[in-house]
Amino acid sequence: MPIKSYLAHPHQGRKEELVTAISEIQGCDVVSAKNEEILVVVTETENKEEEEVLKIKFDAIESLKLLAMVSGFNTPKEH
Amino acid sequence: MYTSTTNRRSFIKKMAMLSAMTAAATMFPGILFAEEQERGLPKGSLLNWKKAPCRFCGVGCGVLIGIEKGKAVAVKGDPKSTVNKGLCCVKGYHSVIAMYGKDRLTKPLVKKNGKYVETSMKEALDLIASKMKETIKDFGKDSVSIYGSGQWTIPDGYVASKLFKGCIGTNNVEANARLCMASAVTGFLTSFGLDEPMGCYEDIDHANVYVLWGNNMAEMHPVLFSRMLDQRLKRAAKIIDFTTRTTRTSMAADKSILFLPQTDLAVGNAICYEIIKNGWVHTSFVEKHCNFSKGLTNMGYGLEDNFKFKDRPEKIDFETYKEFLNDYTPEKVEKMSGVSAKDIKYLAAYYGDPNKKVMSFWCMGPNQHSRGTWMNNIIYNIHLLTGKISTPGNSPFSLTGQPSACGTVREVGTLTHKLPHGVVMNKKHREFAAKIWEVPVENIDPKPTYHTVEMFRALDRGDIRFMWIQVTNPMVTMPKLKRYRDGANKEGRFIVVSDIYPTPTTDIADVILPSAMWIEREGMYGNSERRTQYFEQMVSPPGEAMSDTWQLIEVAKRMGFEKQFYYKEATHIEEIYKEYQRHHVGKKHNMAPLEVLKKQPGAMWPYVDGKSTKWRFNSKYDPACTNGKDFHFYGKPDGKAIIWQRPYEPAAESPDKEYPYWLCTGRVLEHWHTGSMTRRIPVLHKAMPHSYVELNPEDAKRMQIRTGDKVKLTTRRGEIILPVAINQRGIPAPMQVFVPFFDENLLINDITLDSFCPISKEPDYKKCAVKLEKV
Ligand code: SF4
Repeated sequence: MPIKSYLAHPHQGRKEELVTAISEIQGCDVVSAKNEEILVVVTETENKEEEEVLKIKFDAIESLKLLAMVSGFNTPKEH
Repeated sequence: MYTSTTNRRSFIKKMAMLSAMTAAATMFPGILFAEEQERGLPKGSLLNWKKAPCRFCGVGCGVLIGIEKGKAVAVKGDPKSTVNKGLCCVKGYHSVIAMYGKDRLTKPLVKKNGKYVETSMKEALDLIASKMKETIKDFGKDSVSIYGSGQWTIPDGYVASKLFKGCIGTNNVEANARLCMASAVTGFLTSFGLDEPMGCYEDIDHANVYVLWGNNMAEMHPVLFSRMLDQRLKRAAKIIDFTTRTTRTSMAADKSILFLPQTDLAVGNAICYEIIKNGWVHTSFVEKHCNFSKGLTNMGYGLEDNFKFKDRPEKIDFETYKEFLNDYTPEKVEKMSGVSAKDIKYLAAYYGDPNKKVMSFWCMGPNQHSRGTWMNNIIYNIHLLTGKISTPGNSPFSLTGQPSACGTVREVGTLTHKLPHGVVMNKKHREFAAKIWEVPVENIDPKPTYHTVEMFRALDRGDIRFMWIQVTNPMVTMPKLKRYRDGANKEGRFIVVSDIYPTPTTDIADVILPSAMWIEREGMYGNSERRTQYFEQMVSPPGEAMSDTWQLIEVAKRMGFEKQFYYKEATHIEEIYKEYQRHHVGKKHNMAPLEVLKKQPGAMWPYVDGKSTKWRFNSKYDPACTNGKDFHFYGKPDGKAIIWQRPYEPAAESPDKEYPYWLCTGRVLEHWHTGSMTRRIPVLHKAMPHSYVELNPEDAKRMQIRTGDKVKLTTRRGEIILPVAINQRGIPAPMQVFVPFFDENLLINDITLDSFCPISKEPDYKKCAVKLEKV
């Protein structure tokens, strides 16, 4: 059950667009910096496969310049 | 305790969010997230903003503190400060919260029959003074000592030195900066004859290349790092990270080059070899302004008590130096350092290119090094050979960790051999200090006594019987800690600790004095760029807490030194600063008047004719240059700087069959040193709650260890069990591990080694051999 956090850098002038695009993806929380061109993204997925799917979705976002991982946690599955 | 998985998940999500916000704050100090900002600032309040230097690192950012109803409630970067231009890092933003922890010490505590009992301040100070007098009577003046800090304000350190060196007559004065800056001092003194950087932070705005020698600036000097990132965006300046461990700095740098521990000595020499071989030496600069010298080699490591070493410098010529460097061709050094010859040449080419301005930065990497003085010398050699020094953008820049390691320890001279001006060994310097202090010159002992490690060894042996510790936490920071903790706890030792919170050091105290912190009193700090900054008292200290300066004055008076400690309570900081200024009068070190410091965010010494000196030794900027040439290294009698022949020598302890890994220790962004303050700031504590050991992912895989697993680290000194972190904050190279030292519950220094640089006496916290076992 991976939980990961990232710093997302938008292409110039496309921060708002990026916030919208990421918030539409299921399992993603996004917090936008007020005074810098950067967002914090936290993702929560069920398993590795879901993570892969998420990665593909991120790759498709045009306003995203760079996604840098900050931390990754693996929590035990709920029984 | 039972926590449901759902709760745990939401907690982890919060943690993940917080880590990312903290990381963002490293890259963009001053960054604001709505959530965080709303939590911090009271809405609609009318804050009274007052200026101060930040107290949480040697960068010395100017901050504005928002005061409301007698309480400090907010912090922001001071846009008027040239240091940070309005920026501020996470530690700075949250700094005021450190004053309001629930367990603040507010009353003096005296140990009676093994229990701490509250007393009045008067009673505690009486006891300290009488204990000191009694100890001196029974065991002599060198049985009492004071151990201070680079977080001492300038007046704290000044009165400590005056009391112990001038009045009592012992040189048992040391400070924790010995553990972090001593090699920088001896580096400066041997190369230039005068301490502290020649340049200033403005160099960042001019340099084309920044070479970071073992210096994780993204975490340790975040505001300066962000200034460099800004220059990269604006002018395509390059950041090169030269390191033993992949860090956030490495990730943000243009290039990161890994070297094996201790081999920075060899790589530095290889760079010099390349510079000479390719004809990149600035010949006229070297001929006019440099001499060549060599010193003793095989110096030892100071592992035994009463270790003594004195270097014997010998002049050599350029040809001899050139020949010495033949042992350091890039190809030869590649084999020992793990740095490719190509990368060594890449580094050398930047230093050698006459059209590139280069800054070198370093801090604990080259300083906490068993050959720390040599490492400092070698970096200066590179800059001197190429003439890239003392001009805007060309700058070897030794950074400090603490807010006043420069201001208080190095400038006031709170080390055993130092005086505010000069050293105890020099008769003229003693006479000069004695006159200002109004003490007989015979009072000042011409012989230095103990440097820090030896001072704690003397406490263990019983040569020292009384120790007063202020603003520092040696029972977390001393290397090979167990020996020194056991020593301090022995019968017949009397320990006084002045602090703001209980720590492992207050645990060894006979008397605990509650101190006033930072803006609860008036004072000054001096940062890495020779900038002295003043702060007024903005809020009242809690309970009976008292400034360290005033504690010392009260005890001095009780010991019969009323004449020397004539200061009045309302004006003592001003009186002390004015007296202190007299030690530094002259164009080489003049300090700015207090009125100036009160008006602006600091001033850089030498402060001459109403102006800070930005580049020392350069006659265009420095009025102390008098030789009629473009540069004047006036710290040396003939006005020339020294290029030192310094070889590679191995560390005191290297990995072997039994202990196959290197152990390196250090800091993290969120915590100030031992965490006694920052661990009481909830947001910082949550972001980094406990210590851990970082492993290389390949090593972890081989040992089948995952993040969160526990491993036992064993050295020849002892063992400790820590949770593992893989691919998290930093990534050590294969067969190396890294452990931060901020966590008092997981004391990594119990197993480190107390080897030190024989010249500077600064311990090497970055290298010893360790064994790992999964538990
Ligand atoms: S960089 Fe250092 S001085 Fe500046 S705000 Fe951060 S901790 Fe304070």
